[in-house]
Amino acid sequence: MTRIGLWLGLGFLWLPVLLLAGYAFSDSRVPFQWGGFSLRWFAALAANDRLREAAWLSLRIAAGSATLAVLLGGATGWVLARRGPFAGRAIFGALAGAPLVLPEVVTGLSLLLGFVLLQAATGWPAERGATTVLLAHATTGLAYVAVVVQARLAGMDASLEDAARDLGATPWVAFRTITLPLILPSLLAGWLLAFTLSLDDVVVASFVSGPAGTTLPMVVFSMLRLGLTPEVNALAVVILALALLVGGVAGWALRRVGN
Amino acid sequence: MSLLEIAGLSKHFGGIAALEALDLRVEPGEFLALLGGSGSGKSTLLRLVAGFEQPDAGSIRMEGRDLVPVPPHARPLNMMFQSYALFPHLSVQGNVAYGLKRDGVPRAERDARVAEALEMVGLAGFASRMPHRLSGGQRQRVALARALVKRPRLLLLDEPLGALDANLRERTGFELRALQRRTGASFIMVTHDQNEALALADRVAVLEAGRLVQLGPPRAVYERPATRFVANFLGAANVLEGQPDGAGGLDCPTLGASLRPAEPMPPGATACALRPERILAQPGASGPNTARGVVEDVAFRGDDSLLLVRAAGGALLRVSHAEEDGPPPPPGTALDLRWEAAALVPLAG
Repeated sequence: MTRIGLWLGLGFLWLPVLLLAGYAFSDSRVPFQWGGFSLRWFAALAANDRLREAAWLSLRIAAGSATLAVLLGGATGWVLARRGPFAGRAIFGALAGAPLVLPEVVTGLSLLLGFVLLQAATGWPAERGATTVLLAHATTGLAYVAVVVQARLAGMDASLEDAARDLGATPWVAFRTITLPLILPSLLAGWLLAFTLSLDDVVVASFVSGPAGTTLPMVVFSMLRLGLTPEVNALAVVILALALLVGGVAGWALRRVGN
Repeated sequence: MSLLEIAGLSKHFGGIAALEALDLRVEPGEFLALLGGSGSGKSTLLRLVAGFEQPDAGSIRMEGRDLVPVPPHARPLNMMFQSYALFPHLSVQGNVAYGLKRDGVPRAERDARVAEALEMVGLAGFASRMPHRLSGGQRQRVALARALVKRPRLLLLDEPLGALDANLRERTGFELRALQRRTGASFIMVTHDQNEALALADRVAVLEAGRLVQLGPPRAVYERPATRFVANFLGAANVLEGQPDGAGGLDCPTLGASLRPAEPMPPGATACALRPERILAQPGASGPNTARGVVEDVAFRGDDSLLLVRAAGGALLRVSHAEEDGPPPPPGTALDLRWEAAALVPLAG
């Protein structure tokens, strides 16, 4: 019984993905019609500058926003877990986690308004594009990293840091030699989470992006209007392969850190 | 000169006093136990000495030097934590070497001293183990080795035996005291376990609600408790309440007895402590320092039985019945009890 349930669940999750991947190797122009085995859509993908540039931009934005999210979110999580009760802690904690529950439309619209007002007041950002998308993604990623790091620190004996200090470590050395190695898996996990969130976001990016900031999901989405070709399927296979590779490497690294 | 001098030390948390004008001296090479219940301030005192908390008032001086402005990492003392606080990502070697590394001790000397410290706690050969692969007792020893490897003059121990099971606790207690003698360091041990404090320490400091209520050698504190709290906390003595009879004794209507301690009651004192093992059953006993009662309950404790005896006046007395005196009287037995005048200890507060 549980076995049947397992297969049903796995099928529900993966069958559409497998179908999508399968049709990437079809010779037909119509995305869900089998026309014999062919790699022509991978060749077309390689020749499509617009998709390639958008993919490269998306990767750079994802890496940049994930890194920013880890720095800011890690600090936020540490403050929430370790700085004890301070005035406004509850409000600060709730606000830091708010992007997790806000609808993306609201997040996107509010960030757009924020950027417009900021530009009117200070002249920066001069135009919306890759930078504004990166900042927008970093805010959502920050919330995820903060939650993950806070949970990890809450489960970690606070006297570890006291013990390090008692043995002669300054606060910075105690952080570097004890706290940081112990929260490193959470930081990595948070980085990957933020990276993935940024990579597949359409809604927020659509709000805050400009002419020079068209990310890969935005391009794919706009292709819908012109009619899809199996090029998109081929793109999905490439992304899937990359995701599996990154996930596998991350899992292996986390296990090594854990031991 | 005392190794550690604490004077007028106060600490409040949100308006509640954790420590109130506490004075304490610790001599070189002394094993001092801080004994108290939860909320007595004993752990706060330890954290103040280690530097993890800042006092609201008072001074902490070590070998004449004011410690209060010194951050924890620069204080010349070490602490063993209740949770042991072993660094989970470092091996036993890495844990014990951590403090020496911070001091910049060269590699060769560091290795030698780590080996020596592990040898001292009986863990030679465990250097490459990770903490999660150790038993509770072994972790306790690593924590001890890590705290001792820097050869501190003063070691703070927060409930060092608290997490061990009963049979390991006794043996580890003896080892702890042997280590203290061998290193010549002063140990300050926080504990809520009176047996641990009495068995290991040279002096016991009893804390109640942030105040030091009694300080002295274990035997003196046990036999001559100063207050009701100490009498209750150490060995659970009977506290007999009464009114001064004007002749240096106490009238005790709830007991149906008059108490005549060997030394006259100090003015204002209205209670005496009487240990359960100092009360004897003696048929026909009468006069001062005797009482009558009926056994209500009996609890077997191994080397003796504890009788709960309801006295004629309504008070409940705890009476110890030694095993060698035969089987204890069953509930419902009427008993005549008596005690020596010297067994009565007048209580000041």
